[in-house]
Amino acid sequence: MSLGVKSKRVLTRVLQAIPTIFGILVVCFILTRALPGDPAAYFAGDMADAESIEQVRENLGLDQPMPMQFVTYVGDLLQGDLGVAISTGQTVTQELAKRLPASLELTLGALLLALIIAVPLGVLAATRPNSWVDHLCRFLVTAGVSLPTFFTGLALLYVFYYLLGWAPPPMGRLDMMFLPPEPITGFYTIDSVIAGDWALLKASLAQMALPLITLALFTLAPIARMTRAAMLQTLASDYVRTARAAGLSRRRVLITYAFRNALLPVITTLGMVFSFVLGANVLVEKVFAWPGIGSFAVEALVVSDYAAVQGFVLSMALLFVALNLLIDVTYTLIDPRVGEDS
Amino acid sequence: MTPPLLDIQRLSVDFATRRGTVRAIDSISLSVAKGETLGIVGESGSGKSVTSYAVMNILDRAGKIAGGKISYGGMSMHKISERDMRDIRGREISMIFQNPRAALNPIRKVGQQIADVLVQHNQATRSTARDKAIEMLLAVKIKDAEKRFEAYPFELSGGMCQRVVIAMALACKPQLLIADEPTTGLDVTTQKAVMDLISELTARFNMSTILITHDLGLAAAYCDRLVVMEKGHVVEQNTSQALFNAPQKAYTKQLLNATPHRDSYVRDLLTPEQQAQALALPASTEPGAALLSVKSLKKEFGKPGSGNHHIAVRDLSFDIRKGESLGLVGESGCGKSTTSSMIMRLLDTTEGSIEFLGQDIAAIPAKQFARHALRGKLQMVFQDPTDSLNPRWSAERSIADPLLRLSPDMTDADRQARILELATLVGLPVELLNRFPHQLSGGQKARVGIARAVAMEPELLILDEPTAALDVSVQAVVLNLLEDLKHRLGMSYLFISHDLNVVRLLCDRIIVMQQGEIVEEGHAHEIMDAPKTDYTRSLLAAIPHPPAPDASASETTALVQDGAS
Repeated sequence: MSLGVKSKRVLTRVLQAIPTIFGILVVCFILTRALPGDPAAYFAGDMADAESIEQVRENLGLDQPMPMQFVTYVGDLLQGDLGVAISTGQTVTQELAKRLPASLELTLGALLLALIIAVPLGVLAATRPNSWVDHLCRFLVTAGVSLPTFFTGLALLYVFYYLLGWAPPPMGRLDMMFLPPEPITGFYTIDSVIAGDWALLKASLAQMALPLITLALFTLAPIARMTRAAMLQTLASDYVRTARAAGLSRRRVLITYAFRNALLPVITTLGMVFSFVLGANVLVEKVFAWPGIGSFAVEALVVSDYAAVQGFVLSMALLFVALNLLIDVTYTLIDPRVGEDS
Repeated sequence: MTPPLLDIQRLSVDFATRRGTVRAIDSISLSVAKGETLGIVGESGSGKSVTSYAVMNILDRAGKIAGGKISYGGMSMHKISERDMRDIRGREISMIFQNPRAALNPIRKVGQQIADVLVQHNQATRSTARDKAIEMLLAVKIKDAEKRFEAYPFELSGGMCQRVVIAMALACKPQLLIADEPTTGLDVTTQKAVMDLISELTARFNMSTILITHDLGLAAAYCDRLVVMEKGHVVEQNTSQALFNAPQKAYTKQLLNATPHRDSYVRDLLTPEQQAQALALPASTEPGAALLSVKSLKKEFGKPGSGNHHIAVRDLSFDIRKGESLGLVGESGCGKSTTSSMIMRLLDTTEGSIEFLGQDIAAIPAKQFARHALRGKLQMVFQDPTDSLNPRWSAERSIADPLLRLSPDMTDADRQARILELATLVGLPVELLNRFPHQLSGGQKARVGIARAVAMEPELLILDEPTAALDVSVQAVVLNLLEDLKHRLGMSYLFISHDLNVVRLLCDRIIVMQQGEIVEEGHAHEIMDAPKTDYTRSLLAAIPHPPAPDASASETTALVQDGAS
């Protein structure tokens, strides 16, 4: 297969994301309009009379028909204007820019940690059925699936912070004693490495450890389970038997023949797992007072802060679309059969 | 006498299953001399594949050698370490499997897979592997080898994939090649090409070969010596010629009998006891008026001019008369399955008419035909008896399905009575009706499929390779059952297959298709005895004909060569 065909396929896939994004805009717009509560009344304050509420409604453009409101909304969006968050008084764009890296650092970190543990664990469990590795894998999978994140989070806090005192207090991304590093990526760990401040790196890692483990334990369950199942399947396949009969080394059979094929369903699962983690993030951020967008969104929702909720839903959806796109593209690059009707 | 290359003495293999230990092969002994071709013949469950896996030491985790000795060139194979075994596999002994497409890594270039083997056994370095792999592709007669190196298995045909598997197996010039059903699932012409290639290459490299197959005819045509296995035991072993001329054991005789050859009638395939119970066939039946009349049928896939445009069937016309059996023969891709799907109204036609019982059904959209009044009169028996049954339905439920859908007014008691009647009709023991497909044997599943198809008393039954997945002895019984049912119920058949020898047994007339067109049409005996086109001749030549029990082996060879000219 030529490179041209592949890049064309990748491009097609990217273009296919555009209608999805538009659909998200529409749904997100309608959903927030369907929320109970009148933002005009909220904005006007407790003392306002009917007339001033009407005034505020006009100022906010809420008296316009829905399609017009949507056009205005999309127009503002194109200029990067997501509106103002009532609760904090800052623009939503600013809020998100400040909080998104915090959430992403946690989410991606947890995903990475989960992958590093779950994939080898799944592979080992599949190659040694009913060994201690297999049982460990089963235990972790069951624990990860059955324990809710807020419980694991609190349990970890109780043991490692309250009882043992190994972990720092769950007070956000950094201990009070430190100043955040110069924001380049917005990830404290990476920024502190760039700044060469190792004490800062250590402090931020210490803060991140418990929420990261909480999320990773939850995330690794489906990945380990899928890896194990996929490996069992490929190991029993005809082509692995052929490879063994041809005398290929164990390493080659396991990695090139079995694992690479097993990777395909695992990659697909990753997309799903990512959405779980985004959801779980909200709870974990609450437990560890992590200043991410999850906790921001919960607060905004409580006071029916339109713009903030919309901004949150939109950024989450875009993130999700982007990651799924990345997964699809990876899949296209690994599997030569994609796009061919067999 | 020189010691044999491979010597198996009293080998037993056990499998640990949920129901306890099962002995898959029990104390078998056989040997292969240098340069010899040995055929191991047996039906499913005979342990023929397990024997080869035991030799290669690639048994499943559940299987283990319970006793006996395997020695290869003086080495005790059952004693050596896994590391040494790995050096022997692929380099000294290699293997070819059935289902070649699944036997190759789907996401690795085929050339790369050959190169892997070469590099593993130090026959090439990373820099020379590519050239050597291309050399092997040329050796297995793959055209455009340079380009094919880059191909993935899904881009190649089944026959091509098998050539790649052969190239992998022979890359390191092993001493012994084990071919496990290497041509199952391939067309007869491809089968001949693959088998000829294997015998040519093994002769050139002076290798020994073990051919494992269920097809006695194929084994006889290519092997010096045959071993017949049944249920984990060796029943009989002898030279191919002697085994065919004077089979000693009853099982061998039965197997020989059940293998269709040029002159056999459908009843000849049965054992004498079965023959005694069979229905007396009328000498000849005169077919009635036209039941199905296909005119200028055409099917195109994709839009004209686009990359995937493909004409599967072009201008096809034929009739099936009442009480007649028509055979539709051709290689895969010739359009025979597309034709049957269009007649069954599972697929919309592009052009042409299909007149069934005086009504043009081509005009009815495929989606609506399921509820059409004529649907019950047109039924189908599918190729794979396992995959064509719902795994969550009992045999009874499967047979009841057409009754529930097409005659919803039937009372439960009537339906129950009808199911019992059908089971008796197809010879399915009534106590098996509650079982699920996985609890039934291949032959029993085939009977369920047939009972389901005849439940609505169809006028026309389409048989799509109904016996391709069955053992020869089961095939013999199923073919005879179909013959009986045809006379009892007065049905007509459209029999689709790539195997002329099987089609001939049931059909009065045969149509030979190639690339969506009819190339030859005529009475079964005309097609078999005096084919008019080269294509039909090549199809006939590709069938490995076992010698008739009294004929000598040299005549068989002459026959095969005759046809190939």
